[in-house]
Amino acid sequence: MGDGVMRQAGSPILLDNVTLGYERRPAVHHLSGVIASGSLTAVVGPNGAGKSTLLKGIAGALAPLEGRIETASRIAWLPQAADVDRSFPLSIYDLVAMGLWRRHGLLGGIGRKDRETIAEAIAAVGLTGFENRPIGTLSGGQMQRALFARLLLQDASVILLDEPLTAIDAKTAADLLDLVRRWHAEKRTVVAVLHDLDLVREMFPQTLLIAREAVAWGETRDVLTAENLLTARRMAEAHVPHAAACHRAA
Amino acid sequence: MSPTPPLATARHEPMDFHGLLIAPFADFGFMRRALAGVAALSLGAGPIGVFLMLRRMSLVGDAMAHAILPGAAVGYLVAGLSLGWMTMGGLFAGFAVALLSGLVARTTVLKEDAALAAFYLLSLAGGVTLVSLKGSNVDLLHVLFGSVLALDDPTLSLLAGTATLSVFVLAILYRPLVLECVDPGYLRSVSRSGAAAHLGFLALVVMNLVAGFHALGTLLAVGLMMLPAVAARFWTESIGGMIGYATVFGLVSGIAGILISFHAGLPTGPTVILAAGAVYAASMMFGAHGGLVLRLLPRRHLEA
Repeated sequence: MGDGVMRQAGSPILLDNVTLGYERRPAVHHLSGVIASGSLTAVVGPNGAGKSTLLKGIAGALAPLEGRIETASRIAWLPQAADVDRSFPLSIYDLVAMGLWRRHGLLGGIGRKDRETIAEAIAAVGLTGFENRPIGTLSGGQMQRALFARLLLQDASVILLDEPLTAIDAKTAADLLDLVRRWHAEKRTVVAVLHDLDLVREMFPQTLLIAREAVAWGETRDVLTAENLLTARRMAEAHVPHAAACHRAA
Repeated sequence: MSPTPPLATARHEPMDFHGLLIAPFADFGFMRRALAGVAALSLGAGPIGVFLMLRRMSLVGDAMAHAILPGAAVGYLVAGLSLGWMTMGGLFAGFAVALLSGLVARTTVLKEDAALAAFYLLSLAGGVTLVSLKGSNVDLLHVLFGSVLALDDPTLSLLAGTATLSVFVLAILYRPLVLECVDPGYLRSVSRSGAAAHLGFLALVVMNLVAGFHALGTLLAVGLMMLPAVAARFWTESIGGMIGYATVFGLVSGIAGILISFHAGLPTGPTVILAAGAVYAASMMFGAHGGLVLRLLPRRHLEA
């Protein structure tokens, strides 16, 4: 996967007055902005602020209620607590190998070179030796490592991570963050939903602070101010049971 | 090619190995046909049952069997005991229910099981009403219980063709079917094949049930699909292994069922399913993966 670093540089992600939600209720409301190609962005905000919904929208799994999301990049998306059926009789190797779907699709054979690539990815997340274990026997941290290995194989120019470090121990978190740094160095665009503000300040140049609407978006040190964080908390706590139709223009 | 086994002849055979297991097939053409029939059924329905079980759709086969029953009955009303008409009727009713419930599940708030429940009940009620309106004296027993011992050439061809098609289509759909169970979100993010694979798979379920009802009847055809599959779960942790076990279990149950019904003069369809049930019970007791006996055996835990 080291080959073609230039190839990884995808197009930017353009958000134009995007409203995303469920049953007409907005979870992300009138959001506009650009996620630059090759940027490393943290998405921060209280629970229910629309962070996961935003990633879902960018990944194309949820159509906007209004506005548009534009990107020509290939996107890999790791949802929060990915809905992997752990009782399914599947080996770790097979789970990781599915990262090659785009290249092999329905019927393409897995050749010798692919097996090397898969072994590399499994080694990169420190799961060598676990290949034949059923996924049901993995701990939460090992599962997340396996899913990161699959992300490696997806070889996408945009990588969306939804709370990738929740319920993950320090060692595993450090290993996974190393992979995020590697993706950033490879000029891939990485967007990660996170709750650890110290980590965001230390590692993520860009931050979007969101509470249904964007509170602040830009350089991390300008965004994560005490004032902005307080605003975000207040905005998220507002709940309107009988909301009228929204007519706000872009 | 009498559908009733000539018991007298059978009972006069010496009851040794040859007389029990070989002679019935060597002496009677209809027994050889029945053997070919259950072999074909096991090859197609076994793997499909494994996927139904893994996709937590073990009861879908049963619902589908109810859904195709009226279609087959209407085919019978139109043209009598005609393979073509009953097959077409069953396929039509089954596909319609599968498509409609898939459509409702993907466009409304209902989950697929709820949508399927609604449509198969409607299909069943509609079919029964149609049959009674005609006022015809339909021998529904054939549709319900089939006739393994009266398989003619066209029926055997249908069974073999269905099995062949099933194996090929399953090979093509294998990856999306597995991935859609393990991680549906991921499949959606890399491919749009999930919905198509699901519908293709449901079509296979319907086709196998329709083929199966000529031999075992609509309701019992589900038995040869599900019982070997759930028994296979107790013997291996790999999907390929389960498919192998399920096929062999289906075959063994089929042969045992035919022979027992031949020697004891029992109805063949139910005997085949009861044989499969015995395999299931034995697997549940002694299975190497999660079987009862191993679980209850007092064994020390391991060091690591």
